[in-house]
Amino acid sequence: MYNFDVERPQSIADAVQALSREDAQPLSGGQTLIPTLKARLAAPSVLVSLGDVDEMKGVCMSDGGQLCIGGATTHATVAAEAAAHYPALASLAARIGDPAVRNRGTIGGSVANNDPSACYPAGVLGSGATVVTNAREIAADDYFQGMFTTALEEGEIVTEVKFPIPQAAHYEKFLQPASRFPLVAAFVARFSDGVRVAITGASNDGVFRWSEAEAALASNFSASALDGLSVDSTDMISDLHGTAEYRAHLIGVMTKRAVAAIG
Amino acid sequence: MPKDGGIGASSKRREDVRFLTGAGNYTDDMNMWGQAHVFFLRSDVAHGTLTNVDTSAAAEMPGVVQIFTGADFEEVGSIPCGWQVTDKHGEPMQEPRHPVLAHGKVRHVGEPIAAVVAETLEQARDAAEAISVDIDELPAVVNMKEAVQDGAPKVHDDLTSNLCYDWGFVEENKDAVNKAFDEAAHVTTLELVNNRLVANPMEPRVAIGDYSRAGDEHTLYTTSQNPHVIRLLMGAFVLGIPEHKLRVVSPDVGGGFGTKIFHYQEEAFCTFAAKACNRPVKWTSSRTEAFMSDAHGRDHVTKIELALDADNNFTALRTDTYANMGAYLSTFAPSVPTWLHGTLMAGNYKTPLIYVNVKAVFTNTVPVDAYRGAGRPEASFQLERLVDKAAHELEVDPIALRRQNFITEFPYATPVAVEYDTGDYNATMDKLEEMADLSGFDARRKASEAKGRLRGFGVNCYIEACGIAPSNLVGQLGARAGLYESATVRVNATGGLVVMTGSHSHGQGHETSFAQVVADMIGIDEGMVEIVHGDTSKVPMGMGTYGSRSLAVGGSAMVRATEKIIAKAKKIAAHLMEASEADIELKDGAFSVAGTDKSVAWGDVTLAAYVPHNYPLEDVEPGLEETAFYDPSNFTYPSGAYACEVELDPDTGEVKIERFLAADDFGNVVNPMIVTGQVHGGLAQGIGQALLENCAYDSDGQLLSGSYMDYAMPRASDLPFYEVDHSCQTPCTHNPLGVKGCGEAGAIGSPPAVVNAVLDAMRSGGKDVGHIDMPVTPARVWAAMNG
Ligand SMILES: Cc1cc2nc3c(=O)[nH]c(=O)nc-3n(C[C@H](O)[C@H](O)[C@H](O)COP(=O)(O)OP(=O)(O)OC[C@H]3O[C@@H](n4cnc5c(N)ncnc54)[C@H](O)[C@@H]3O)c2cc1C
Repeated sequence: MYNFDVERPQSIADAVQALSREDAQPLSGGQTLIPTLKARLAAPSVLVSLGDVDEMKGVCMSDGGQLCIGGATTHATVAAEAAAHYPALASLAARIGDPAVRNRGTIGGSVANNDPSACYPAGVLGSGATVVTNAREIAADDYFQGMFTTALEEGEIVTEVKFPIPQAAHYEKFLQPASRFPLVAAFVARFSDGVRVAITGASNDGVFRWSEAEAALASNFSASALDGLSVDSTDMISDLHGTAEYRAHLIGVMTKRAVAAIG
Repeated sequence: MPKDGGIGASSKRREDVRFLTGAGNYTDDMNMWGQAHVFFLRSDVAHGTLTNVDTSAAAEMPGVVQIFTGADFEEVGSIPCGWQVTDKHGEPMQEPRHPVLAHGKVRHVGEPIAAVVAETLEQARDAAEAISVDIDELPAVVNMKEAVQDGAPKVHDDLTSNLCYDWGFVEENKDAVNKAFDEAAHVTTLELVNNRLVANPMEPRVAIGDYSRAGDEHTLYTTSQNPHVIRLLMGAFVLGIPEHKLRVVSPDVGGGFGTKIFHYQEEAFCTFAAKACNRPVKWTSSRTEAFMSDAHGRDHVTKIELALDADNNFTALRTDTYANMGAYLSTFAPSVPTWLHGTLMAGNYKTPLIYVNVKAVFTNTVPVDAYRGAGRPEASFQLERLVDKAAHELEVDPIALRRQNFITEFPYATPVAVEYDTGDYNATMDKLEEMADLSGFDARRKASEAKGRLRGFGVNCYIEACGIAPSNLVGQLGARAGLYESATVRVNATGGLVVMTGSHSHGQGHETSFAQVVADMIGIDEGMVEIVHGDTSKVPMGMGTYGSRSLAVGGSAMVRATEKIIAKAKKIAAHLMEASEADIELKDGAFSVAGTDKSVAWGDVTLAAYVPHNYPLEDVEPGLEETAFYDPSNFTYPSGAYACEVELDPDTGEVKIERFLAADDFGNVVNPMIVTGQVHGGLAQGIGQALLENCAYDSDGQLLSGSYMDYAMPRASDLPFYEVDHSCQTPCTHNPLGVKGCGEAGAIGSPPAVVNAVLDAMRSGGKDVGHIDMPVTPARVWAAMNG
């Protein structure tokens, strides 16, 4: 690690203020950022810890029936406290990494990082959630803009994510054998007015919606509705753990399994 | 006996108390007064000419003590290789110089170029970033078959090619083998890869050099499986330090698996730098460094053929293997694909004619050397995949084909130079079949199919050569070391005793099982025996632990030393009881005179030895301490039969191991619980190789699997509850304990069973692909199913 200062603001306003310092960067659970710093792949001069910002923590239901999760809420907290309201999302959180990762890592950090193999982006996009920042509200469809790329501006922080609750949903993931991140995972959510299918792990462009599947499922919500549908492998990730063709194939399998699990 | 604490008892591992309560003393736990830290600047290119290494700016950085480059080591010896293989023309292998720090050229990603010694590790790392290194990149050679083509870039400019040696074994048999193939009724051919692995011990390597100006004495604390070997190699060949001025200490070591046998540059560097800087110098490998600096394992590419007659008897075997050496010859690298591999190609079978060809190749990759099993897993994988393939081609039962060709008479001299002393391959196969519930398999397969899964059953045998090794034999084969073992038994006045063994324990439980052996021989409580290892200043010159040799060779030395103790103690007891020495019997910790009720306790005799008031001083020296060196007369040959049952998901290609069964013959067993644990660990690594682990390079020599994000280690959830048996016991005929060794068996015996089971599952789904390479990942299975 290189040397850096640490700021520990107590409020969102103070955090935003602290982030205006040169080369400042937010630190949430540190599960991505700390290994990056240890490998000397980043050199922020100030780390602004969000860990003491209580207004960014917790899980609750809004009057409008949305599940609101503070940006600094850990995966473990979501797994426990969202279970009654949105079991599929709680189950997604419960299966990220290992207990140590879940006790530190946060939804805000995951969504801000937008790793092409991360779980939360699929949950957020698949639910049609809204990403709330210190400055604005961004629809999930506008928020994710490609691998490690989001709509966030410099110094903008994810303070909350608001999830509409679908009638039913399921997150099905196939593990990359080494990292145990998703090799490919599908988040399928059925709403009264349609179906959303978000795929993570597969694409060079990061998380994306599989619109053909959504259309097919909207008229016939069954795994067989996906028969014959396939995803073009051109933009899929190809690496040691699977070719683009394999990933394209797994998208179909994971989506069908998610649909079957919803029943 | 089985009794509390003796041979045959499952005594709890006494060392686990300290390991599990955080009281272990690992090398990184040690901190010397005034120590400095070293950071190695490592090459990030696989092959290139070092045109300039400028440390001037770095030297001015805060905390820097001294910076070293390859130029500082020009007068220092090469990291030596401990084994010289002679090729099929009778010529010695090509042996390149292996510098402590790269000089002139870099030859693999991770090779150290410069070393910064500083007050803190972070300061050393900061300064290393300020070193300016200019490298003219050269094309890298990664693929072995391309590396031996004419005109391929040379890893070492001063060698004639990238071919280290071309070994033929047994060269005189070659024509007869070829003739047998010409006359065969059936020939089965298989091409396969034995995947490159990273050992990944839980504790990364650590070295601390310490130097005392007062006595011109060097101490190296290091994570080694064999401190005396390091002392000899580093002292005599690299740094020129006489052994009496060099102490090597390997305290608790958190797993070795072979990769901590070898002498590494970092050890020589820390020892050298401690004197140069006149202060202790410490290096702790990061996991990232471990991936690119610990010697890797396996990495063979093989074509193997089996000739059978019309009755399905094996008539000849022929192999053609390329073995990756990496960029330099690690300590025992040349021996692994030759004497630890070619000599095992008979397996459990009476194939009369065998010819093994091995081409060892230099590439721009991390050196490759012994990893749990070393050569023997490569041999059994080829053979047991091949026999299975033959059975399917001939449409005969794979178990029956094996049984038909088993060696059944012992001793048995194989056509590949070794003589199996004893074994009973049908017994372990019978046991395996009993455990496997083969008659229930169809029902289990149907249950899997009802879930949309395919189920497969795979079996294999294995034989290995352990108890390494008869010194005169390995000397003829090119070893530059003896492979005896040593023990000193020091009895204290009040009867407790300390055993100093040249073996080293890095997880095997020696402190428990060795104590059981000595306690059993004397008939005292095992708690009265303390085992000391891992310090050249305490232990007689010994060769360390690898090759499942510790009990068979080190234990035998202990037995011999204890026999000497008992013989002397009987003389003292005879004097104390005024009886004839020939009439003295030792039982349950007491000496008695045969046919009388006279008896003296062990403690009375030991006290007399050190307080010799009433003592036969004219015949017997005071004291009770004996040393023995034991050199085995043969290898030991553990063997067994393994089976695996898998469920395969045809939609994703995922393979799940449902059952894994192991029936081993380890000869006599000292501590059954520890043996079971050793088999479990070996199986985890064998299954890891079969399903998960893969050290991959791209064509530029960049390591693709350089962290746990991409290198898949087996986890508990990947493994089934094993069913393990070691009740089949044909005791070794040539060592005093009748033991054979159990440390590597699991890793040697398990990969073929897994792959055979996967192929069986695929066949049941209508897809016969003949072979699939390890690791059998979901992506590979899916591609094979849909290819
Ligand atoms: C062993 C291991 C296994 C893992 N397995 C998985 C897995 O299976 N699936 C999965 O999805 N993830 C996995 N992760 C990643 C984990 O979920 C991380 O916690 C997450 O990706 C980042 O969250 P964090 O709170 O730790 O963020 P940090 O590491 O603190 O930050 C990550 C990045 O986001 C920025 N940031 C943090 N918070 C905010 C915010 N509120 N607003 C704006 N920017 C912010 C930081 O500046 C940094 O750039 C794993 C991690 C580890 C170490």
